Amino acid sequence: MEREKKISIICFSGDFDKLVAAFTLASGSAAVNYEVNIFFTFWGLNAIKKKKGRVFTGKGFLARFFGFLMGGINNVPLSRLNFCNISPKLMNYMMRKRNVATLKELIDASIAIGVKLYACEMSMHILGLTINDFIPEVNKEVLGVAKFIEISEGGDRIFI
Amino acid sequence: MTFVKTKIQLAKIAKDDILEVLVTEGEPLENIPKSATEQGFKVLGIEHVQDKIHKIRIKK
Repeated sequence: MEREKKISIICFSGDFDKLVAAFTLASGSAAVNYEVNIFFTFWGLNAIKKKKGRVFTGKGFLARFFGFLMGGINNVPLSRLNFCNISPKLMNYMMRKRNVATLKELIDASIAIGVKLYACEMSMHILGLTINDFIPEVNKEVLGVAKFIEISEGGDRIFI
Repeated sequence: MTFVKTKIQLAKIAKDDILEVLVTEGEPLENIPKSATEQGFKVLGIEHVQDKIHKIRIKK
C-alpha cells in the first residue's frame, strides 16, 4: 500500500525545545502539502491552553493545583539547562536575534497553514480539563487512542 | 520556515498576483523556487539584491 502524504505527531513533551521541533516539523510538512495532525497529550497539552501563564485551570483541587504548576505556553521549560525557566526566555531572545521563528510564531504559522490540533481525552480527564480550556483552533473532537490510530492511518506517526 | 511564510502569503493573494520574497543564500534560496514550482506556482525570476540577499518573484 502506498504511503499517504500524512504526518501525525504525538506531542507528549511540553518542553520548549521539543515543542519547537514539533511545530517546525508540522508547519514545514504542511507547507509541502502534507496533511499534518498533532495529538497533544499530557505535558504537551500545556502548549495549547487558552491561558498562557500559571493559572488554576481544571476541575477539582488537585487538578487545579497541577494546572497551576504546569502553567501554559509561557511557562514551558527547556528540556535541559532550564535554570528556573530563565533559559526559554534567553532562547526566545536568541531566536529573534538570529531571525529564527520563535515558538509562538511557529504555532501561529502551523495554525495558519492548516495543521490540525487534537487534544487527548484521557489526559484531559486526569487533569480535569475541558475543550474550553484550549485555544479555539484545537479541534472540538477530542481523541482517544482508537480515533488517533484511525486518523493517522496510512501516514507517518512521530512521537515527540 | 521561509517556505511556510511564503505559502501563507501566497494563500492571501489573488490568482495571477505576484509575490516577492527576500531570502538569504543557502537552503531557502534553493528550496523556495523548487517547492513553489512543484506546487504549481510560477517562479518568474530570481534577482540578486545585495550581499547575500536575493529576491524571488512568484506568480500565483
